[in-house]
Amino acid sequence: MTHKRYDIKSYPGFLQITLLCLFVLYAPLIVVAIYSLNASASIAVWEGFSFRWYVDVFTGPESAKFKTAARNSFVIAIIAATLATAIATLAATAMVRGGKFRLRAWSFGLISLPLMVPEIVTAVATLIFFNSIGFDRGLLTILLAHIAFCIPFAYLPISARMQGIEDSYEQAAQDLYATKRQAFTKILLPLMLPGIISGFLLAFIISLDDFIITNFVKGAGVETLPTAIFGAVKQGIKPNIMAISTMLLGFSVLMVLISYLVSRTDKTS
Amino acid sequence: MSLEQPNAIEVRNAVKRYGDFTALKTISLSIKDNEFFTLLGPSGCGKTTLLRMIAGFEDVTEGAIFLYGEEIEGLPPHKRPVNTVFQNYALFPHKTVLDNVAFGLQMRGNSKADARKRAGEMLELVQLSQFAGRKPSQLSGGQQQRVALARALAPQPKVLLLDEPLSALDLKLRKAMQLELKHLQRETGITFIFVTHDQEEALTMSDRIAVMSSGELQQLGDARDIYERPCNMFVADFIGETNLLDVSVDRIESGQAICHLGGGHALTCPSVEEVSAGSKVHLSVRPERLFLTATPDAGNALKASVRENIFVGTDITTLVDLAGGPEIIIRTSNSERGNQRIFDPGTPVYVNMEHGAARLLVD
Repeated sequence: MTHKRYDIKSYPGFLQITLLCLFVLYAPLIVVAIYSLNASASIAVWEGFSFRWYVDVFTGPESAKFKTAARNSFVIAIIAATLATAIATLAATAMVRGGKFRLRAWSFGLISLPLMVPEIVTAVATLIFFNSIGFDRGLLTILLAHIAFCIPFAYLPISARMQGIEDSYEQAAQDLYATKRQAFTKILLPLMLPGIISGFLLAFIISLDDFIITNFVKGAGVETLPTAIFGAVKQGIKPNIMAISTMLLGFSVLMVLISYLVSRTDKTS
Repeated sequence: MSLEQPNAIEVRNAVKRYGDFTALKTISLSIKDNEFFTLLGPSGCGKTTLLRMIAGFEDVTEGAIFLYGEEIEGLPPHKRPVNTVFQNYALFPHKTVLDNVAFGLQMRGNSKADARKRAGEMLELVQLSQFAGRKPSQLSGGQQQRVALARALAPQPKVLLLDEPLSALDLKLRKAMQLELKHLQRETGITFIFVTHDQEEALTMSDRIAVMSSGELQQLGDARDIYERPCNMFVADFIGETNLLDVSVDRIESGQAICHLGGGHALTCPSVEEVSAGSKVHLSVRPERLFLTATPDAGNALKASVRENIFVGTDITTLVDLAGGPEIIIRTSNSERGNQRIFDPGTPVYVNMEHGAARLLVD
């Protein structure tokens, strides 16, 4: 095979650079995961294998705080991801199936802008906005902010999926006596479902681990998991933080895996 | 039956414009009830646009379209009793074959059980009953084609529209499907409007053919009309293979034009209305209606020499050079081989035309 010469694997240094990148990305996570199983109360000394810090998370002195924070985080993530996904689905339908309309390029820019704007700017702006209209900070402000910044994350996989669906399916449905609404709900929506699920999971993960914006718009005494972890870390890193982090990591990996499996089963069918 | 049985489709002065671009330039045609009608033309000629206007996916810029006497412009696709077989089939990938076929019936208000029962009967008609529970992606191209057909026929449309449905199939399957389509049309009695760029397909299946080019109707007639009596250069060239020769008309005598072409060859052929003495026109003659002889036959006989014989299975194609004139293609059926009509390259021969084979065409 002649093109083997141009295979990227034969480039000098390819393997070394790949390994270096993987190491920098994942070594810290592996260290955290391993040390979460440390029996020692110190984060630097290995004293043997133990689940005691996982037990501590659920039963220790800080467990009540973490439990409330986790519940807040999950409730916000589920509601924010659901609403953001619904809005993103409608936006994608308009953008992909809307034909050519004025300001189409601008609309796309507006939808994806939150991905480009530095998060701290969004955070400050959102805080100023809530203050200026006299909105009391609390769970609701966190939720509203999360819905807003989750939309572009949900939008991207949904619109990518939709672009791959030829419009002849909807035409065929309408040709077979389905109204526009029926063509959308019975044909287009089921075909978009893998994209919608991916969009939802992505929005869910993004909401779940958001720190900067949440920290700005949350009211006093209201915590989500990331802000609670940050608060705990400020008083010194204890191994129970590593246990929480590892569980969060495992949960994220699970979400990504589901998202991957959903898109894969769709391709093979 | 009353004489005023309305046409299945009547297109009256229909124009389609996209901005500055005119896709269809004032088309009028009538498609009869229970007819297998074909819109034939090269890509971009407007045939698919016309089909989509009938289906309701494109609006009519000017003019009107009538379905069994009723104007349908303004009705959305789901309110038109016509169904389409799409070029890429557009089978719903998330539904089973049976549910695909039942979809139209259900949307029309049939109960789920009834829709499925009738869908099952349709699948039987296209011999796919054993695949009812499969997903479309698990079927071959030809099977998907038949599902698309069953799906479009199931709600018993008044007119079935077929948008190049056979173009994705291989030659053998395409030939089989051509016959199957023709039989289905006879069995169901539904008016078929078939769009294709394949002239052979059109000739094989159609009761009548509308030849289109650059947004205009060129000729409308049955297969024989269009093949044997093309009305212009485009139709003669597009349908089948033909020899197109530039000729000058010397005089016209009792309906016969006496012409000559390059190299001083003279020939006589039936004249047409627009031709007069002195006009420069084209002569079209089909390769299979020419034959070679060693000595001049009666009537038109053009002196030539054989350049090449090409064996193409059922036929032999012979290329000859007219003395001082253009090249001519002659097709001889293989069964004629014994009749001394095949000559070795380099042999001096005479090219003869069957009576009435030559046709004059004005630009």
